[in-house]
Amino acid sequence: MLLIRCPHCGNRPEIEFHCGGEAHIARPETPSEMTDQHWAEFLYYRTNPKGMHAERWQHRHGCGRWFNALRDTVTDKFAATYEMGSPRPDLAATPAPARTA
Amino acid sequence: MSQPFRRSSGGHIDRTQPITVSFNGKTLHGYRGDTIASMLIASGSHLAGRSFKYHRPRGILSHGSDEPNALLSVDWRPEKGEGRRDPNNRASVVEARSGLKTATQNHWPSLETDIGAVNDLLSPVFVAGFYYKTFMWPRKFWDKVYEPFIRKAAGLGDAPEVPDADRYANRHAHADILVVGAGPAGLSAALAASEDGSKRVILADEGFKLGGALLNDVTSEIDGKPAAVWVEEMVAQLDARENVIVLPRTTVFGYYNHNHIAMVERVADHRDNAPDGLARERLWQVRASKVIIAAGSHERPLVFENNDRPGIMLAESARAFINRYAVLPGKSLVVATCGASAYRTALDAKAAGMDVKIVDIRLGEDCGPELAEARSAGIDVLTGHTVVKALGTKRVTGVVVAPLGNDGSVGTRRTLTCDCVAMSGGWTPSVHLFSQSRGKLAFDASLDAFLPGQSAQEEVSAGACHGIYDLSEIIADGYKAGGSDTSVSATATFTGFQPVRVLPTDADPKKVKAFIDFQNDVTAKDIKLAVREGFESIEHVKRYTTTGMATDQGKTSNMNALGLVAGLLDRPLPAIGTTTFRPPYTPVTFGALVGPSREDRFEPVRTTAIDPWAVANGAEFEPVGQWRRAHYFPKAGEDMHAAVARECKAVRTSVGIFDASTLGKIEVVGPDAAEFMNRIYTNAWAKLKVGGCRYGLMLGENGFVMDDGVVARLAEDRFHVTTTTGGAPRVFQHMEDYLQTEWPDLDVFITSITEQWAAIAVQGPNARKVVEPFVSDIDMSEGAFPHMAVREGFICGVPTRLFRVSFTGETGFEVNVPVDYAEAVWKTLYEEGRKYDITPYGTETMHVLRCEMGFIIVGQETDGTATPDDVGLSGLVSKKKPDFVGMRSLARPDMLLPDRKQLVGILAKDPNEVLEEGAQVVEDPSLPVPVPMIGHVTSSYFSSNCGRSIAMAMIKGGRARIDQTVWVTTPKGFTEATISTSVFHTVQGEKVDA
Repeated sequence: MLLIRCPHCGNRPEIEFHCGGEAHIARPETPSEMTDQHWAEFLYYRTNPKGMHAERWQHRHGCGRWFNALRDTVTDKFAATYEMGSPRPDLAATPAPARTA
Repeated sequence: MSQPFRRSSGGHIDRTQPITVSFNGKTLHGYRGDTIASMLIASGSHLAGRSFKYHRPRGILSHGSDEPNALLSVDWRPEKGEGRRDPNNRASVVEARSGLKTATQNHWPSLETDIGAVNDLLSPVFVAGFYYKTFMWPRKFWDKVYEPFIRKAAGLGDAPEVPDADRYANRHAHADILVVGAGPAGLSAALAASEDGSKRVILADEGFKLGGALLNDVTSEIDGKPAAVWVEEMVAQLDARENVIVLPRTTVFGYYNHNHIAMVERVADHRDNAPDGLARERLWQVRASKVIIAAGSHERPLVFENNDRPGIMLAESARAFINRYAVLPGKSLVVATCGASAYRTALDAKAAGMDVKIVDIRLGEDCGPELAEARSAGIDVLTGHTVVKALGTKRVTGVVVAPLGNDGSVGTRRTLTCDCVAMSGGWTPSVHLFSQSRGKLAFDASLDAFLPGQSAQEEVSAGACHGIYDLSEIIADGYKAGGSDTSVSATATFTGFQPVRVLPTDADPKKVKAFIDFQNDVTAKDIKLAVREGFESIEHVKRYTTTGMATDQGKTSNMNALGLVAGLLDRPLPAIGTTTFRPPYTPVTFGALVGPSREDRFEPVRTTAIDPWAVANGAEFEPVGQWRRAHYFPKAGEDMHAAVARECKAVRTSVGIFDASTLGKIEVVGPDAAEFMNRIYTNAWAKLKVGGCRYGLMLGENGFVMDDGVVARLAEDRFHVTTTTGGAPRVFQHMEDYLQTEWPDLDVFITSITEQWAAIAVQGPNARKVVEPFVSDIDMSEGAFPHMAVREGFICGVPTRLFRVSFTGETGFEVNVPVDYAEAVWKTLYEEGRKYDITPYGTETMHVLRCEMGFIIVGQETDGTATPDDVGLSGLVSKKKPDFVGMRSLARPDMLLPDRKQLVGILAKDPNEVLEEGAQVVEDPSLPVPVPMIGHVTSSYFSSNCGRSIAMAMIKGGRARIDQTVWVTTPKGFTEATISTSVFHTVQGEKVDA
């Protein structure tokens, strides 16, 4: 079970959270002006990366707040959690230390 | 004498506490500290089971949890009645206690005489993949003939047939350091890690006595003290530390994400007179900052013909029985080995008075100091020899050995008589937990083993599971893992082995059964066959032969199988890779995993405030989501059909009363509430007056119907939203998501009020007469309080939000009152209603009545792919709003296709035939199969008000097919029906669609 740091409550087990898919996909301001293709991309197209992924999480059974997180889809490690509306953190600026046995 | 093979002294057993255990109806004698395996050996027997496939007699291979053969059914408290027996307990780890009732498995009529042993003779049939080859044809034989036969013939224990009578506990814990295993490495690591009293340390060991392999050791000294004394001192120090939790009988079975560790503690099974209510087992879920894995290693069997005969065991296990349990595995022992450690077994056996010979595949010059020590103790050692086969059936009677030539040739055979064999094929570090943690394994050729490599989580391995076998090095490695550079001086350990996959033989390999995986009966021959047939990936070999797939997870067999495959393919072993280790490390009872979450506590049942009244008045119930709802209220002698027909009539002719409290209710409040409602619902809300209600439709962003419900405007800035019963949490979270993440600028709060307000629906021509007498502060006149209006006031003197709404087509009120008053208000209305023969009705009648009116139920007519237009509700979609959730999707080309499924009525030709919900509809059943389907039935009932069956369906281009004849599937074939509009009943009263 993942251990997730809610930006408001601290570390909590995964069962308190709900994952809301890829982050930083803002709902368009004027959907009716969009082409079918662009709207379909907004609705359904996702990056699904192998590696670092920005995603939405909600501390559903805690404070109820939505926030964003950077999670490595290979290792399940969370590199950062940050408040909705904040930009995606630049991980290159603070590289995580490599570990060996 | 009942324990002829018990030694007179020594061992970690308490001779002052004799115990007896029932074994296949006979009595075994032993002492506290014994296992069932050691008691069996004390009695002089090794026969402990029949094998999975061939029903070969099997003995005790191991002294630990890697035991593949000696699996017992154990009734832990037969004196307490049924429900306390479970199968597949390893005899080698079952802590013996007087009163246990144990039995062997997989044989008939008895362990000694097993008819199934004929499978051993038929073994050419049961080769690798025999399921796939032998039973392919004819196909229909599989279900009726082959599978039942195989299931009866093959297998392990019988699953319990009655519910588990025990209770199980569940505990969560945090630790700074969790140490797995209390052998020399684990004890050292725990002591070092707990030096700082602020660090919380948990030390868990699967055994009932701490010390690991040191419990088997009577010769080593650590810092001048006997190993057993060192263990006692270490344990005493740890016990004295308040920051340490020491957990014997606790198996760490799962290593999950972010150092989430699952362990099971056996709390009660070993206790005499365990108090009632004491949990049998406790599931621990530990979140550890760091994990130190000190899980030890597993000895490998040697692979030779008949290596599975009872009396043949692992060499370290023989040492454990002799020293720890003070039982002799026989009188005359042959130690067969390819390495040094087994010499310690030979020396200890000799010292215990056994007749001992050693057969070593290694040449003398490849051996270490162990050779000279054995010879000087007077033990015959045959170096450079192979074991060709074992003799005997239910007990080994000897081994046939032969010298190996320089060219690998097998020389002249000779027979060594014996009654037990201790074999050692080398050692495999227990990397299960490390691998579960997603760490990468690295192959070490010098140790012929996979070792922990790159870590994926905060953990470190120490001791034998880290590839370290010398005692003083093991202890130093443990201290180091715990953060200390302490070192000790300990007796040097005999280490090193020369890996051998299958012992050389001059026999025809096709006629030889040399077992790799004892539990699944997989022989070297099977693996060779699989490779010959083209299975090269170890994952494929594993699945085809089932090697390593038994409940022992291949602890003893994995490396022999891998090494054999690598040799056959002529590839280096690391190129073959290893199979995946998955939890649990050893089998875990379902009871422990389920814990208290069973029966009533499996899932909470939500009941309404009216529920006690419904129970008292004979309601039949149905589950709706987590709710328990009254389904119908049968009178004496009525079945469901009769009750529902009566209830439906009553609502249309007089008045019915219905508990609608389970409807989801959400209060939307704030200056921007109307704007928020505009964006979330398809309808326009700005013009809805205070005191008005509207039927609201909600879409997902994909344009499909998500939920519906009546919305009331209580004030300019306050809406009382209702949702479907099942959709309440989903709708709430949907709203919360948009508020927080898309429109944080809107000044709106939403609050779930489902549990605060109960709703009593009073429906029918006499509804007003029932409600009106109790209402105050509300003008109940038709003009002042029209259909689709809401008023706040009082009923029976308590606050109410009174809705004038109808889901039946009749005049209707929904009386919302705070839940604490709901039962009293219900009873008051019911008493008043008796004047009009008021009829309580349940969900079934509610469904029929709304179907008569053509009202949809989201989730019944819709399935997540229906647009508002598909279900005939395009009139609820605002054309004027610039945007709302789902609006843009409604304009996508596929959403506008004319052949989309549309909601229509469907009437069976026979008015008494009730179509099946979910039945497929076709135009022409005479077409060849597969007949093109044009839709399906979504709701279907017998309507007493209509005097016939009615149904709704989603049909391709359905609205253009009104009056068309179609055919509907039934269990008996197709039946004729006609497409119709979806309103079946005409009401004179309310205009219900707002």
